[in-house]
Amino acid sequence: MGEKKILFVEDESALQKAFGDFLRQRGYKVISAVDGEQAVRLAKTEQPDLILLDLILPRKNGFEVLEILKQDSLTQEIPVIVLTNLEEMENIEKALNLGATTYLIKANYSLEEVLAKVEKALEA
Amino acid sequence: MEQTEQEKQKNVFKSILEQLNIPKQCRRNGLSLWQCPQFLFVLMGFIICATALGSYFIGTRYVADPPLMAVIVLFITGFLFVIAVLIIRSFERLAEANRMKSEFVSVVSHQLRSPLSNLSWSVDFLVSNNFGKILEEQKEYFNILEENIKRMNELVSDLLIVSRIQSTDLPLNREEFAPEQNIHRAISEFKSFAEASNVKIKLEAEENLPKIFADSRQFDQIIKNFIDNGIKYSKGGGEIKISVKKQGKNLYFEIKDNGIGIPEEDQKYIFQKFFRSKNVLTHETQGSGLGLFIAKSAIERSGGKVGFKSQLNKGTVFWFTLPIKK
Repeated sequence: MGEKKILFVEDESALQKAFGDFLRQRGYKVISAVDGEQAVRLAKTEQPDLILLDLILPRKNGFEVLEILKQDSLTQEIPVIVLTNLEEMENIEKALNLGATTYLIKANYSLEEVLAKVEKALEA
Repeated sequence: MEQTEQEKQKNVFKSILEQLNIPKQCRRNGLSLWQCPQFLFVLMGFIICATALGSYFIGTRYVADPPLMAVIVLFITGFLFVIAVLIIRSFERLAEANRMKSEFVSVVSHQLRSPLSNLSWSVDFLVSNNFGKILEEQKEYFNILEENIKRMNELVSDLLIVSRIQSTDLPLNREEFAPEQNIHRAISEFKSFAEASNVKIKLEAEENLPKIFADSRQFDQIIKNFIDNGIKYSKGGGEIKISVKKQGKNLYFEIKDNGIGIPEEDQKYIFQKFFRSKNVLTHETQGSGLGLFIAKSAIERSGGKVGFKSQLNKGTVFWFTLPIKK
């Protein structure tokens, strides 16, 4: 199987470091994207096993990224976990309707809990 | 092209209709009809017309000089109109200020959340022993960091909820459910906190209780809030008794503690947001003063009532009701 590749889309460098390093230590290969356009590009070229997607992003927001990914045959099978601080019901519904696998609110989860969700999504 | 033109007209017509739909506009601003500038303006208009017509009829019947009367009527009407405009202006400004306040809270708390999750996850990462073993002395400081991040997170969540209660866009997902399960779950969540505070929590529920019709997630929040308060203000030990019984078309919930109580002069403020009783501050400095405000609005929005009885240094009984059927 080899190591699993995760595309981590997050514009906050502090989170990129903390969670990115954490995933790397747990044996994942982590590719970083800091804006929506880069995320779409890397998803196509790198073909990750999983995408962790923030919603508030420069250039293209998370919803737009999600929509593009799910419409492209190259990327539509890749599971997407939305990782954000937006907790309004309409955002949750919108993301899930667009095809997100899981919706996590950053403030409510610890690193280990997010990791558990990542592992579960990769198993499926 | 023709169709788009038609559609445009339709849209214009629709927006005019929407402007005229005063109750809807008032709801959007989160105001009741009697506080809503648009409604008051129309009402004032009717009163002005009625006054003008009234004075005219009185004038034609009892006053000898109709032109003079016409001038007087015009003058009164103009005067009333100016007052009306002034009143409505000030209402509008108030409504705008209120809306901006809610928006401000919401924006600020969203902005606060990002750095908080950065902090929280960075500390998580440090604590997870990834850089070698953490010394006992260091652990204590990490605990302080974690504890405070958690507190800050809770405060921000509360603020977000409050701002959404005020802008009335907090969704209410009502369903039928059996509240005992939720209460059991809440009690077990508080088990370690209760044990650490030397507080026992008991549930006494009548048998064969009907289901209630409310928002289950908000119910969790309500009950946790009361339990949390009960434990916090039990000054080093005591008992919290939760009882549930049927009362007419409602279920009646009671949360009784034998804690520090609420001083009489503070009782009328207890459900106000950001209010914290003086005697509470000497016992327990944490807390945002938002919990009871949130609980009260959640209960009332579900069609229930809430209240309490309290005696200083003897304890407090909070009660609330929630409807059984739709």
